[in-house]
Amino acid sequence: MQSETTKSTSEPSGRSVTTRRFDRFFLELAEVAAFIGRFFREALLPPYEFKEIVRQCYEVGFRSLLLISTTGFITGIVFTNQSRPSLSDFGATSWLPSLIAIAIVRALGPLVTALIAAGKVGSSIGAELGSMNVTEQIDAMEVSGTDPFKFLVVTRVIATSFTIPLLTMYTIFVALIGAYINVSANEQTSFTSYIQEVFGAITYLDIFASVLKSIVFGFTIGMVGCYKGYHSSKGTEGVGKAANSSVVTAMFLVFIEELLSLQIVSAIRGS
Amino acid sequence: MAEKTEPIISIRGLKKSFGSLHVLKGVDLEVNKGENVVVLGRSGTGKSVLIKIMVGLLKPDAGHVVVLGQDVETLRGKELDEFRQKVGFSFQSSALYDSMSIRENLEFPLVRNVRNLSRDEVNQAVEKALDDVGLSQTINQMPSELSGGQRKRIGIARTLILKPEIMLYDEPTAGLDPITSIEINNLINDVQERLGATSIIITHDLTCAKSTGDRVAMLLDGRFERVGTFDEVFADPDERIQQFYNYNFVN
Repeated sequence: MQSETTKSTSEPSGRSVTTRRFDRFFLELAEVAAFIGRFFREALLPPYEFKEIVRQCYEVGFRSLLLISTTGFITGIVFTNQSRPSLSDFGATSWLPSLIAIAIVRALGPLVTALIAAGKVGSSIGAELGSMNVTEQIDAMEVSGTDPFKFLVVTRVIATSFTIPLLTMYTIFVALIGAYINVSANEQTSFTSYIQEVFGAITYLDIFASVLKSIVFGFTIGMVGCYKGYHSSKGTEGVGKAANSSVVTAMFLVFIEELLSLQIVSAIRGS
Repeated sequence: MAEKTEPIISIRGLKKSFGSLHVLKGVDLEVNKGENVVVLGRSGTGKSVLIKIMVGLLKPDAGHVVVLGQDVETLRGKELDEFRQKVGFSFQSSALYDSMSIRENLEFPLVRNVRNLSRDEVNQAVEKALDDVGLSQTINQMPSELSGGQRKRIGIARTLILKPEIMLYDEPTAGLDPITSIEINNLINDVQERLGATSIIITHDLTCAKSTGDRVAMLLDGRFERVGTFDEVFADPDERIQQFYNYNFVN
């Protein structure tokens, strides 16, 4: 009798849990869409927070420089080293600079930069806005006659969308330098011929696609960090969750966008 | 004590619920110009919700809040921003901007709301606001370097820099030692005397209520059950009110 009762109550509640999850998912989707819509509306309308945008660009760009330099340089060296045996089997190590250029410019540069930025910048935005939300700083800004969305969200998303493409270009440069050191030490290739082979292998489409992709990555990282922080639940646990969720969601979306951009660029290249 | 003249804040039939939790169940209150009204009540009874509705941070489910002759719920955009400049809000957590120095915290509302101010005028206003709360020496410090009492006073100074007509204090003495609490109470009275500001003070600290309030409004079960002077309210034999009094002054 007891088990029957349990069964009869658990089935409807099980369905309602699924329904609630669906509801929550679609409600959040609508909230995200409204958040993005509000960003574009407020970004276009005056007043413009130029000073804060510049400050945020400095925070996002300059403060990530050391980490980006290190990871970019190591990526260049490691990728070159790992690619050499495969090419060596076919006696094609002279193709290393071309292979490196294509891999770094098309995929590794933007991806490594975006993942590092998602970890460093995304988590920092999520945690900062989350903690401002918890300690009523966002409310304080609102009651002091300042639009907190414009001051906190718009400035940060513009800064990441503008700075991450620049960081990507820098990562590509540093990674190519790292790769050159490896190639030069092993294949005794001169710097001039290395540069010639690198630029011979890449096209304007590669560079254009990388920059455009990086803008999308930057926008995603900034938007996810801001959304998670702005909507964090109250309490210190909410701040931690906002920071963590900013990184995980941004990284996941970056990979999805990478896949999409690959399909789009391949289609353009094929046509 | 302030003269009871025209009502500057008028709250009628205010209701607010969060899901199934009915916090405010029909609140009525009038506050006169220059008056300090203390709102007393247990934690979670909707005291902070009430003042957040008054500045448009929360929307009421029903009822009207008219402040400075304006129905707060109908205000939007620029109108709301201009209204908020006349109403100072001191948050329970002080809400100082962590990433800004004390100078930048105080400058923030000023440079964004008052146009055409020279650098000297901004500096003078910041220095005066800090001097008024007795914390001139903290001007270049960061909020994290200050004590709880100092943060509260800086928070009040930041709202006073725009010379508001109305001040809303959310738990101004919560978490402070008795001496610092007295300093905050004196500061609230000083603001009333110097600026002629009308204030609503949310608290459950009866010492604060007694020393700052011209009138006390007791929020019980989502309504103002008793409103009057401190002595009038606590002369009521209602057990819920007496429990409040006994805990603060007898225990």
